[in-house]
Amino acid sequence: MSKGRVVIAMSGGVDSSVVAALMVQAGWEAVGVTLQLRSCDDRMASRSCCSADGITQARAVAGALGIPHYVLDCRETFLDRVMRPAWAEYARGRTPSPCLHCNREMKFGYLGDYAERIGAERIATGHYARIEREGDEARLLRGVDRAKDQSYFLSTLSPEQIARLELPLGALTKAEVRALARERGLVTAERHESQDICLAVEGLGFPESLRQRFEQEARPGDFIDPKGRVLGPHAGLHRYTIGQRRGLGIALGTRAHVVGLRAEDGAVILSTDDQDLRSTGLRASGLHWYSTPPERCEAQIRSRHGGVPARVELQEGGTATLRFDTPQRAVTPGQAVAFYEGERLVGGGWIDAAVGIAQ
Amino acid sequence: MQRIYLDHNATTRPHPAVVEAMRGCLEDTWGNPSSQHGPGQDAKRALDLARSRVAALIGAEPEEIIFTSGGTEADNHALRLGATVQGGRRILTSVLEHAAVRDTCSALTAQGFETVVLPVGSEGLLDPALLEGALKEGAALLSIMRANNDLGTLQPVKAMAAMARFHGIPVHTDAVQAVGKIAVEVRDLGVDLLSLSAHKLYGPKGVGALFVRRGLHLGPFLTGGPQERRLRAGTENLPGIVGFGVACELAQSRLAARSLQTRHLRDRLERGILEGIPGTRLNGHPEMRVPNTLNISFEGLVAEDLLLNLDLAGIAVSLGAACQSESRKPSPVLLALGRSEAEASSSLRFSLGEANTEDEITRTLEVLKTSVARLRPRRLP
Repeated sequence: MSKGRVVIAMSGGVDSSVVAALMVQAGWEAVGVTLQLRSCDDRMASRSCCSADGITQARAVAGALGIPHYVLDCRETFLDRVMRPAWAEYARGRTPSPCLHCNREMKFGYLGDYAERIGAERIATGHYARIEREGDEARLLRGVDRAKDQSYFLSTLSPEQIARLELPLGALTKAEVRALARERGLVTAERHESQDICLAVEGLGFPESLRQRFEQEARPGDFIDPKGRVLGPHAGLHRYTIGQRRGLGIALGTRAHVVGLRAEDGAVILSTDDQDLRSTGLRASGLHWYSTPPERCEAQIRSRHGGVPARVELQEGGTATLRFDTPQRAVTPGQAVAFYEGERLVGGGWIDAAVGIAQ
Repeated sequence: MQRIYLDHNATTRPHPAVVEAMRGCLEDTWGNPSSQHGPGQDAKRALDLARSRVAALIGAEPEEIIFTSGGTEADNHALRLGATVQGGRRILTSVLEHAAVRDTCSALTAQGFETVVLPVGSEGLLDPALLEGALKEGAALLSIMRANNDLGTLQPVKAMAAMARFHGIPVHTDAVQAVGKIAVEVRDLGVDLLSLSAHKLYGPKGVGALFVRRGLHLGPFLTGGPQERRLRAGTENLPGIVGFGVACELAQSRLAARSLQTRHLRDRLERGILEGIPGTRLNGHPEMRVPNTLNISFEGLVAEDLLLNLDLAGIAVSLGAACQSESRKPSPVLLALGRSEAEASSSLRFSLGEANTEDEITRTLEVLKTSVARLRPRRLP
């Protein structure tokens, strides 16, 4: 007896291939779906998770597993809901997290609607995170393989979206997933990792790819030091992010890094002092909670960040100020902040500003 | 899961006799038809036989049949070469044409031709009266499809060809969706060029033909060897051609029975949908239609959702021409009938074949009803 119908988000990579195999094995009626985010003839497409190559691989795996496979053309939606907003963020001196937007809008928004339309109660993906169910309640936990944990990328989902989620890889390590793929002879077993570069032209970088795609002018401005002295013109505001050291395009004699981006005048603030990069907290907006907002929690402020104990000061309109127990490097406006209590994801939001920069 | 195939306008399952003949050709008649020796002669005879079978189906002489790789290639040659036979720079065609004609016209436009696209009425029929004015200004070629792939609507090719002939203008018809479904006679239609395809009539993919009326002098499609009256050089796809020949012979002997059977089931499906599911509407002309095709709008639904629900239940249908399905853009044919984008996006094509059964129609109607009920609360975005 089937457990019910489930949509598998298949990128054509090894992770989602194993998800499909595991769900079939567990007795689900699996329907493989690949989101086509980019045109095959798109000059900006690279060999990544979103390319035609991924579609071919996913189709091959679905065929081998004997499940239906559909390609969902969501190129326009992707452009409108992920790419365009990402450019808008860069243009105002922030550093967006397109993968989180993509997860919320595409993988769980667009695909979620789709699942409903074909009568599938669940969506399974290859994220390294866990779902723990208790009655009707579903809790999202960090992946067991902490090095691969991807719960941060799911921190913008609604509780309803989380409740529909199946994450069969959460208790596995990447090595175990590859081993499972080999055992089953999946054609994707040896596929190299598809990085989060669905979006960029190879060699251009994501922000510059966006600028060219939307034919926007780069925002001109100056490099300045923390005291406001002009150091020289930069190559466009969108090219810089907090903490950046390489490819600045200016030689100051000593190693400098970006400590601030100013939307008002397009200034990029450089400092040679590492202390200028540290802050004692952050301001966040767009907050949402999966449980009662805690007073203290662990905050993760970017995808590769171990998390830091922090105090949460809730404010009006879904905003809050977060005070870190220890100062953190490179708090970056535009990135997501995810809140954890132990292993459990309890909430999320968007970083608006660093606070308490040590001067 | 019981699989029900209702997408015969996309392709058909090769008839067992076709498969058998192709296998025989690959195993025994593998010689090169251009060779002088025994195996070559055997191959040549197989080629001759297939050519006469294809010709017989459309009332042509064998030497008027040029084998191609399919309908698209036949359309390409007909337009690219047919438009240069007579002189003149204008090509007259319709909004209903298959992409093989439409896009070839666009390519020719880029080369300096002018394309005049005739509109259709709300039931998908061309009005020959509209042709009169266009003809008076002179044209290099008239190209009108016999049966539309999305709607099945039959066009007044005979009347239009007669008008073009009066003005001395050569006529091409894309009959890919008509041959094998209705009687198609080249002399009766009065056309100079006609495209057909094997895999739409229970033959193999990768083979088709262009009828070139005797006396119409086309340049070569491909240069090289002496094959196909030097019009299309290259060693023939003999297994495909042999299969095509058998498929044409079957089509001829079974035309009446196939037509009767599919029309009966199609009409039952049509009634079942229009009477059993509210908010449904037939697209295209109800009578002037090939007997196997049914195109229906499901008000308030996105047809693609319905298609997937049917597929998951084992029922294969389509949104329209398979060649269009890469993009989600609604069928240009439905837009040409004056339907809104929402209406066009809510349309599904059912195309039946000789193997379909009463039980399959019953099951299709059941699944349609439950799927529509599941999807109905949703409105178009």
